[in-house]
Amino acid sequence: MNAPALPKASDYKSELKPVWCPGCGDYHVLLSLTKAFAALKLRPEEIAVVSGIGCSSRIPAYTNCYGFHGVHGRALPLGTGLKVARPELTVLVTGGDGDGFSIGGNHFLHACRRNIDITYVVMDNRVYGMTKGQPSPTTEPDWDSALSPGGTGVRPFHPLVIALASGANFVARTFSGDIKGTTDTIVQAINHPGFSFVEILSPCVTFRPDQRGWKSVVHPAPVEPTDDAARAARRIMTDDGFNVGVLYRGSREPYMVERAKETGEPAQFDGMFEI
Amino acid sequence: MFFFIIVKSYEYTNLRSTDEFCDFLARNLKTGILTMIAQHGEQAAISIALTGSGGAGVMTAGGLLLDAVGKHGCYGLQTRSVGPQIRGGESAALLRLSGDPVETHSACFDILLALDWNNYTRFSAEIPLNASSIVITDPAVDAAPETIAAAGCTMVELPLKEMADDISGGRVNMIALGVAAGAIGLPLETVSGLIAGKLASKGEAAVRSSVACVEAGFESGRAIADVPKLAPSSHSEASVRWLMTGNEAAALGAVRGGIRFAAAYPITPATEILEWLAPALTKVGGTLVQAEDELASINMIIGASFGGVPSITATSGPGFALMTEAIGLATAAEVPVVVVDVMRGGPSTGIPTKSEQSDLNIAVYGLHGDAPHIVVAPVSLADCLFTTQWAAHLAEAMQAPAIVLSDQFFGQARMIVDRPANVAFIAERKIAERCDNDYARYAVTADGVSPMAVPGTPCGQYTADGLEHSVSGTPSSSAEDHLKQLAKRRTKIESHDYGVHWAEIEGEGDLVILTWGSTAAPVREAARRARAQGANVKTVAVRLLAPLEVETLHAEISGARGVLVIEQTESAQFYRYLRSQCDLPANTRAVHQPGPLMIKPEDVLHEIMTELGR
Repeated sequence: MNAPALPKASDYKSELKPVWCPGCGDYHVLLSLTKAFAALKLRPEEIAVVSGIGCSSRIPAYTNCYGFHGVHGRALPLGTGLKVARPELTVLVTGGDGDGFSIGGNHFLHACRRNIDITYVVMDNRVYGMTKGQPSPTTEPDWDSALSPGGTGVRPFHPLVIALASGANFVARTFSGDIKGTTDTIVQAINHPGFSFVEILSPCVTFRPDQRGWKSVVHPAPVEPTDDAARAARRIMTDDGFNVGVLYRGSREPYMVERAKETGEPAQFDGMFEI
Repeated sequence: MFFFIIVKSYEYTNLRSTDEFCDFLARNLKTGILTMIAQHGEQAAISIALTGSGGAGVMTAGGLLLDAVGKHGCYGLQTRSVGPQIRGGESAALLRLSGDPVETHSACFDILLALDWNNYTRFSAEIPLNASSIVITDPAVDAAPETIAAAGCTMVELPLKEMADDISGGRVNMIALGVAAGAIGLPLETVSGLIAGKLASKGEAAVRSSVACVEAGFESGRAIADVPKLAPSSHSEASVRWLMTGNEAAALGAVRGGIRFAAAYPITPATEILEWLAPALTKVGGTLVQAEDELASINMIIGASFGGVPSITATSGPGFALMTEAIGLATAAEVPVVVVDVMRGGPSTGIPTKSEQSDLNIAVYGLHGDAPHIVVAPVSLADCLFTTQWAAHLAEAMQAPAIVLSDQFFGQARMIVDRPANVAFIAERKIAERCDNDYARYAVTADGVSPMAVPGTPCGQYTADGLEHSVSGTPSSSAEDHLKQLAKRRTKIESHDYGVHWAEIEGEGDLVILTWGSTAAPVREAARRARAQGANVKTVAVRLLAPLEVETLHAEISGARGVLVIEQTESAQFYRYLRSQCDLPANTRAVHQPGPLMIKPEDVLHEIMTELGR
């Protein structure tokens, strides 16, 4: 008898053609994601990919997994509810920097501190692409746009540090063009218990053509991952922003809801009310 | 007060309750048919208010009084009125007690028992008094406000504080409990037995001093002249009564209906639903997660339900407003969820601790786009159980959001009710158990409901989407797909057979009263009293607010000489909503007032009599 064929990345891709621009970094993220699923030998029907709104949030339908393309900014609660209700599923939450750090910022903080066993993949291109080029929370303060002429003048948000400070259990940064590194990081993130946060620098070639240069500036983090959040935070806050690799591996217990061991009948409650 | 009839009349033997009897008397008194001698005795229902400053324990005393009435075999309800303080501060326990079920306050309080008069004016509008009211007060603590004397109430002065001080560990609220029990004729042993049970955990000394206080108060209370007495119970030994709040009832209904996941963000006056569910769900194989805000709680339940687990959240107006975007998502992606909105005074923060029915508009119209969904409202406190259970069933059957519009009165009043029936409704979703490669999540079917694959099912993979989509779930902006999917989502809501549950209807008559929610309680009581006076009145308490059963409603009002629409809003939302879909007779009249004051049976009775030209 032959052993079953090993799964391939293409087994996890749908036939749907992405809406993304040619050259968009998100194509590479989709490839890395499906390669990671194959490497983990997960069954497509046991994976759920959940997202909000934005270019990168279109990714669920491009996989052959169960997907949920929800409303803007609320992907993390959607994924949280799904994971708590169905803990045996592998749940990935995906999206962009606007969806995750601006409109969804509060959920990001609380998902990190709740430390539920899901993986959050953010494709950060430092711009709102779907609405044609407005500054996001990670955009440089002097980036000129129609909505903020001359730049926002506002300091960018630092998602990795915020994730650490809020209690995420696994923190990594990758570059979309580094398919092997991104695949490997996503595999580690899924395998790591608790809330895993992967920030993928994923260029927007249309509204941020300058990001084409990212491939020449990214470099592997020159250090081993640490389990010391303070040390990880110091490294991340002092690096050049293009350090890629796993930056923090924590050992917090993942969130466990009071999972019912009892499966009693509702009739047991009647006695609470009887006079 | 009660009246003793001298004159012959056979009509009264048909009267259902002493309230009806009193109305009958009042009507006939005017016509001079009857001669009467006022005499103290039993009364159909007794209204009692206990007031005091923070820490005085009036809510405890009021709660125990209602418990004792329950033990005695009677019925009653208790509401609370509190100051703005988080803890402490003045408070009032408002009770109405009876041998028959009572489900609303009446227009006048028979007894006001004031432990002190601190900030009494904050409640005075909620505790209407008249010349037949008895006010029990302790002159050593505080002088009664002049408005009390001006109302012509009978003042009874008792040294409540001194009585408590005379008992080691004595507390004035327990004295008051004894006074109230003695005054209305509850058996002493019922009250003291109850205390022994309830306070057992506080130790023998606490029980002993509390019982001593109750005994001392009881004697003083019994000695007060002309106090109406609690009428004997009409309830048979065999029937079982429950004491519950509407929030508890809604939570139990959810669990009975198959709900096994809840996401929670606290908000007054809905929190108790969530706090009841938190431990209860774990006992039936479910879970509850506390969310970071209402945006999270609604999205969490959508995620859980997408996973195949029937899910609920509960909130009030401000939280509901935050949830509306995601309720639209649940509509578009066809994910069943139940959202309970326990309405309070609005808009904005409004009056969080008081009831109002002003979220009707947002519940039926608040979603963007053409978004058919289900809106139901309990027609009584006990019905919070059935209606929430039904909502879970409807949501699951139609794979759509169901909104339950409860309100603060239902949610937080404690009421003794006949045990609610155990109905069979249980969440049953049309699931795609096995899929092949042609599986289309949003396939157009005759009833609009298509089998849903839950994650884990091989070959069932699809992406649920708020974007308009084709039958397979693929995002689509084509006119054809939009038209098909809009019609599908509308069809499943419109073609569902809601059975007889769309409304609770009582009586027959030329005059039809359309009402909903907690306003249905005073409407029902008024209609019964009107019928006892020979008036033909039909009441229709609408449970299914959306989709409105227009044809059935038309049948109920056809031929009516008059229609009254009664609700607790300032802008007549229910009346306007009905007008937007129904052909109401030209002489239909809207009777509406906002919270925080509740519509009283006497208000409705007056409207009925006006309408009938009596």
